[in-house]
Amino acid sequence: MSLDAHLELRIGTLDLDVELQAETGETVAVLGPNGAGKTTALRALAGLAPLDAGYIRLAGETLDDGATINVAPERRSVGVVFQDYLLFPHLSALDNVAFGLRSRGHSRSDAHRAAHLALARVGLDEVADAKPRALSGGQTQRVALARALATEPALLLLDEPLAALDQRARATVRRELRQQLSAVPGVRILVTHDPFDAAALADRLVIVEGGRVVQTGSFAEISARPRSTYVAELVGVNLLRGTAVGTRVDLDAGGALVVATATSGAVSTVFHPRAVSLHAGEPSGSPRNVMAARVVGIERLGDRVRVQVAGPVPLVAEVTPAALAELALVEGSPVWAALKATDITVFPS
Amino acid sequence: MHDDASRPPSAGPSGTVTRSAHRAHRARGTRPVPWPWFAVAGITFAFLVLPLVGLLGQVPWSTLGSDLSTTEATSALRLSLVCSVWAAALAVCFGVPLAWVLARVEFPGRSVLRALVLLPMVLPPVVGGVGLFYALGRDGLVGRYLYEWFDIQLTFSTAGAVIAETFVALPFLVITVEAALRSMDRRYEEAAATLGATPWTVTRRVTLPMILPGLVAGTALAWARALGEFGATITFAGNVAGRTQTTPLAVYLLLESRPEVAIGLSVVLLAVCIGVLALLRDRWFGVG
Repeated sequence: MSLDAHLELRIGTLDLDVELQAETGETVAVLGPNGAGKTTALRALAGLAPLDAGYIRLAGETLDDGATINVAPERRSVGVVFQDYLLFPHLSALDNVAFGLRSRGHSRSDAHRAAHLALARVGLDEVADAKPRALSGGQTQRVALARALATEPALLLLDEPLAALDQRARATVRRELRQQLSAVPGVRILVTHDPFDAAALADRLVIVEGGRVVQTGSFAEISARPRSTYVAELVGVNLLRGTAVGTRVDLDAGGALVVATATSGAVSTVFHPRAVSLHAGEPSGSPRNVMAARVVGIERLGDRVRVQVAGPVPLVAEVTPAALAELALVEGSPVWAALKATDITVFPS
Repeated sequence: MHDDASRPPSAGPSGTVTRSAHRAHRARGTRPVPWPWFAVAGITFAFLVLPLVGLLGQVPWSTLGSDLSTTEATSALRLSLVCSVWAAALAVCFGVPLAWVLARVEFPGRSVLRALVLLPMVLPPVVGGVGLFYALGRDGLVGRYLYEWFDIQLTFSTAGAVIAETFVALPFLVITVEAALRSMDRRYEEAAATLGATPWTVTRRVTLPMILPGLVAGTALAWARALGEFGATITFAGNVAGRTQTTPLAVYLLLESRPEVAIGLSVVLLAVCIGVLALLRDRWFGVG
């Protein structure tokens, strides 16, 4: 066990009590709504918020025991990518990346040489002399990641790594980030409120609500068996693996989906049950994915209904009880399902 | 205000939104201004500008060069430059740590302490000079030991003029730097700490560079205030030509005997003040 933590602290109205374990080489996503205590947990791991009780052990070393030990952030082997990246505005991209090495006593020339290499690795050496304000959102994210990784931390923390990006940059960065993260040798913990980001980037999810862990497991496990309405709402998305050829994805389970972004190779597709609409007859219109199917399960979730349909592609749709009644759907009913290509998120698996 | 200038760019989005919303609101607010306001505003403006016009009208432009190269003028100008630069430097060295403590450390009585620090801004400078005399003068509270133990006498010395100027200039530096420190996004300091920077490295490589606009503005204000200092200097350090007779003191003294030199020196002080205003325009008053 490379990271073993039990985080207990109170800040304002937040009462955090969360256990977190992660192996070296594993990416764990802490997923939860705003105010659930995700960022506080991350700050505790970084040493920016001391524990009231519990412990943090990283690679055998105790960083915080809630009492006498609390290793200062500058003495922890922890790298952080902050939510809005926080590149130092007065330093060039190169000096930002070199900052950690210089702070840890490397000479200016050594630090610059390493920073040049790190920037070249993420394809940004040509903007080495640019100030952060001149960088695009995607470039800023890559510089922030290179800066956090320059000191080769045993634990990498990412706070909402995609939240500061616009929708278009997000899709690209999400794909790149997954590859970059898999090359990071230590433990990776990321905090997000976006189930798509969690599905795309993490091996395992820890779902936090109101300062407590409500469920852990792989994305597939959790979305198959959500333990609460809240979790179902959060991760109750359709996750289908397949092979992409341009904008067409041939699914491993049979059938195919048309998606908006062209990719190739093994991919995962994710879409929310809300994106699936159900129709009595064959719908005509903009959705690229229309299929005849049969209702195989109906489950009431608060004020909504989740309808499992089996057809060329197994889907879960979310509709209102009124719509269900209007379509007179029961188990076994024939039904048409439609899904817009733009509602599907694709990432390499 | 200057905190806009020292706000980090990534804090931009929220700041930009509120600022432009504010501006839009102001642009919409086109309710007519009552006409007497225009009349009074015109009188007020004339009242503020008239002395400058009066001064400039008296300037003997043709002999200005020779008036300013008289011994009285050059020695006063040189002394003013030396004293005000020393005062600004001392204000930075001693004011920045004080601003830091006021901005970053919470302790009981902080607001009282802040009020005391700002007191010299509103205190009549003469009163400040009297206070300095009884504190640091030869028989003063601390001054007697300076004299007895170290043989230092501040009254009637250039060092005394520097001390008097520093006393009145410090609050300008402290208030500006403290505001810059308060408006700075402290998460940058946390980011630096997670990168392995010790508190001292964070101060040197992150905090100070990020508050630099505020520090420059504060230094310029403190320097300008020191340059114009009159009351505290003449009360505490006296009026000794070449040692404590700075330009404002020389202006006052020469207005009777050599008015053309006094006017020439006044024009120099006016030009310097306009220069400082121009330098601070963007940072202190906001563009436009």
